[in-house]
Amino acid sequence: MSTAVNETSAGKEPLIVSFCCNWCSYAGGDLAGTSRMSYPANVKVIRVPCSGRINPMFILRAFQRGADGVLVAGCHPGDCHYSTGNYHGRRRLSAFKRLVEFAGFEPERFEVRWISSSEGDKFAEEMTAMTNKIKALGPNRKMRDARWQKIT
Amino acid sequence: MPRTGVFLCHCGSNIAGTVNIDQTIEASRNFPGVVHVDEYRYLCSEMGQDIIKKAIEDNNLDRVVVGTCSPRMHENTFRKAAAEAGLNPYLLEVANIREHCSWVHKDMEEGTPKAIALLRAAAAKVALNEALEAPKLEVEKRALVIGGGIAGIQAALDIAEAGYPVDIVEREPSIGGRMAQLEKTFPTLDCSACILTPKMVEAAQHPNINLITYAEVEEVNGFVGQFDVKIKQKARYVDPVKCTGCGICWEKCPAKAPSEFEMGLAKRKSIYVPFAQAVPMVPVIDKETCLYFRKGRCQICEKECPPQAIDYEQQDEIIERRYGAIVVATGFDQMDPSIYGEYGYGQHPDILTGLEFERLFNASGPTGGKVVRLSDGKPPKKVVFIQCVGSRDKARGMNYCSKICCMFTAKQAILLKEKLPDAKSYVFYIDVRTAGKGYEEFQRRAAEEYDVAYLRGQVGKIFPEGDHLVVHGVDSLSGKVVDIKADMVVLSAASIARADAPELGRKIGINTDSYNFFNEAHPKLKPVETHTAGIFIAGACQTPKDIPDTVAQASAAAVKAVGLLSKEMLQGEACTAEVDEAECSGCLHCVAVCPYTAIDAKEIEERYGDGTLKRTVAEVNPALCQGCGSCSAICRSGSINQKGFSNEQILAEVDAICLQR
Ligand SMILES: Cc1cc2nc3c(=O)[nH]c(=O)nc-3n(C[C@H](O)[C@H](O)[C@H](O)COP(=O)(O)OP(=O)(O)OC[C@H]3O[C@@H](n4cnc5c(N)ncnc54)[C@H](O)[C@@H]3O)c2cc1C
Repeated sequence: MSTAVNETSAGKEPLIVSFCCNWCSYAGGDLAGTSRMSYPANVKVIRVPCSGRINPMFILRAFQRGADGVLVAGCHPGDCHYSTGNYHGRRRLSAFKRLVEFAGFEPERFEVRWISSSEGDKFAEEMTAMTNKIKALGPNRKMRDARWQKIT
Repeated sequence: MPRTGVFLCHCGSNIAGTVNIDQTIEASRNFPGVVHVDEYRYLCSEMGQDIIKKAIEDNNLDRVVVGTCSPRMHENTFRKAAAEAGLNPYLLEVANIREHCSWVHKDMEEGTPKAIALLRAAAAKVALNEALEAPKLEVEKRALVIGGGIAGIQAALDIAEAGYPVDIVEREPSIGGRMAQLEKTFPTLDCSACILTPKMVEAAQHPNINLITYAEVEEVNGFVGQFDVKIKQKARYVDPVKCTGCGICWEKCPAKAPSEFEMGLAKRKSIYVPFAQAVPMVPVIDKETCLYFRKGRCQICEKECPPQAIDYEQQDEIIERRYGAIVVATGFDQMDPSIYGEYGYGQHPDILTGLEFERLFNASGPTGGKVVRLSDGKPPKKVVFIQCVGSRDKARGMNYCSKICCMFTAKQAILLKEKLPDAKSYVFYIDVRTAGKGYEEFQRRAAEEYDVAYLRGQVGKIFPEGDHLVVHGVDSLSGKVVDIKADMVVLSAASIARADAPELGRKIGINTDSYNFFNEAHPKLKPVETHTAGIFIAGACQTPKDIPDTVAQASAAAVKAVGLLSKEMLQGEACTAEVDEAECSGCLHCVAVCPYTAIDAKEIEERYGDGTLKRTVAEVNPALCQGCGSCSAICRSGSINQKGFSNEQILAEVDAICLQR
């Protein structure tokens, strides 16, 4: 395989992985695009059906692989396309955030936001804010698995 | 190893302007599994689609990645193209390099590496994609309307006229809803019964409409096209086939109870129809007050009934039926204004709500159509109307405007002047809101031609003094304190959701807003749809509304229902959850998080040593599963997994994106 290097961990641009639910936040991201609202290219979006689909394992994996921040975005409470998915997601992810903190990792690297399909501006703002925050925090050194970079 | 083809769209300069196509193509070549790459100016065009189809055939591709606009835009287009080339459509993934990349980043320096990362993730995911089949679902060509007010009646008539059978389930003994309680209707003052009764009769006689009155929905299972509904038909103790509606029974019945229809202002008999024009004209016996049911003797109705329709042995019945679509039209209630202690509602017979006052105008109402004080039977000289009792009140009531009160108050003030030319009306208001065709003109007429005094301001207190009720308020325009010695006070109590709306919502699987009104799927573009496919809402159960808006919404809901019923087959969700029975521990946490009751426990037998072992595992009904993935996220052992968004697929995307190069 190629000899990819994660630039972030090498001290350059941070990487933010954002899991967005298909119905609200991903569509909000589309609207940000259609409205040409720019935000940093550090953010890379993975589409999931619902914020309730997010298994904390996905987030841990992103940090292990060298992501510097993870942002989960879903429909506003009460607006879930599947009616209750985001409530389950909210409970699970807030417990997860405390666990991350308990384990000695910076909990600020992980955030959950509610962004509707009509909030293109909010999408761009949240992505920008997250990037700025992670830039201030510096690279993720605690959870990154250095071996992953070697393997690849 | 998969044989993946990657296709890149320029989208004119929309993508090519900020993403270096050549560099991206070269990078894509090196993704694991990629055997073919190509690019084109507009991939969504017919030419573009042909390029993909031809490449699939020529290169034996078994996976495709397109780097284009959002999958929410053209995923279907490209999946269809892939299917035309013989590939299962779910073996194609879209990398969103326009909305999520080229349009939001300023130059190629930013855009190109990100596009490559997104394409790499899509290629990593697609390598794990499996061929999927969307289940085909049959449509039961019958609709259910819950609630038989004007909304339910209109929706049912429209569906029936389009040629589909429809059942109306109405909780009360008669259809008609609140409109049946009204005297005249703004803004034209035509008599409510005169325009409503013909519609009620039309519904009852329509060959495609089946009325199920005095009944409630108990349970709804299933999904769009196939809702399995249990309806509880409460015992009427009257055989509707034999009954002729002659009325002898309720004439002779010796027991009385407060009439629900008259808001408790009058009595009805224990065997009764709620109002004179009830449809169906078949009475019910109220067991709670019936002498025979309470004390075992009386039976006068049974003795007097000419066709012998009384049947004390009748039992509640459960009707089970399948419907393709459901329209919810359960309407609204009035808030009980007694929480506003300063207005004294409930403590004085001459302080009424708008709906109670409305009944006084009606010839068959509690006063036989005479507008009089309930305390002493005298006609009032001064009537004070108080607006926004519970509406637009963040602190104690509802934040919203109930929308109908300004208009029905103007109507009642006009009607009052017509009945009692000596009477004078005063209206305390915050704002007068009369948007609507002919509405402003109507309210003006009340003020200008019917001598109604509008006072902008709030009422602080109402208290009895001698024969009168003193209304102590402030006219905020003049800044003066006003005390009006009124004979009657009418409170425009807020229109609120039915108390059982959240419970009904849970039963049928639709949600309510913070005020317990049913939620539409989109506040602008999907006003009658709900988040549950196949269930529509109409009328005042969605938010307070008047009759014109209610009827318009009901017809809209009917069109949506008919659109659905007219389909031969529906396509179900392909990305459903799947259980690995060997791994499943049977903890059933997945059952608890499934919003669609799509997961059930199942007993399986396994070989264990020499014998067999019985074990519980989860089982997904793919026809019910909507693909939210909640179950897959909660499963500890990873044994329930969502097709199309499996744990492995998402992790592969994470890995690929974190290779950031
Ligand atoms: C005082 C007053 C005066 C008004 N005057 C006017 C006017 O002049 N002009 C005008 O345009 N509008 C007027 N309105 C508004 C009008 O009443 C409403 O627009 C209209 O009644 C709404 O119709 P609907 O069918 O949505 O609801 P409703 O009339 O409330 O009907 C709902 C029906 O559903 C039934 N139901 C409820 N829950 C269930 C359940 N769980 N299962 C089965 N059935 C159920 C109810 O029994 C009822 O029959 C007035 C309202 C008030 C309060």
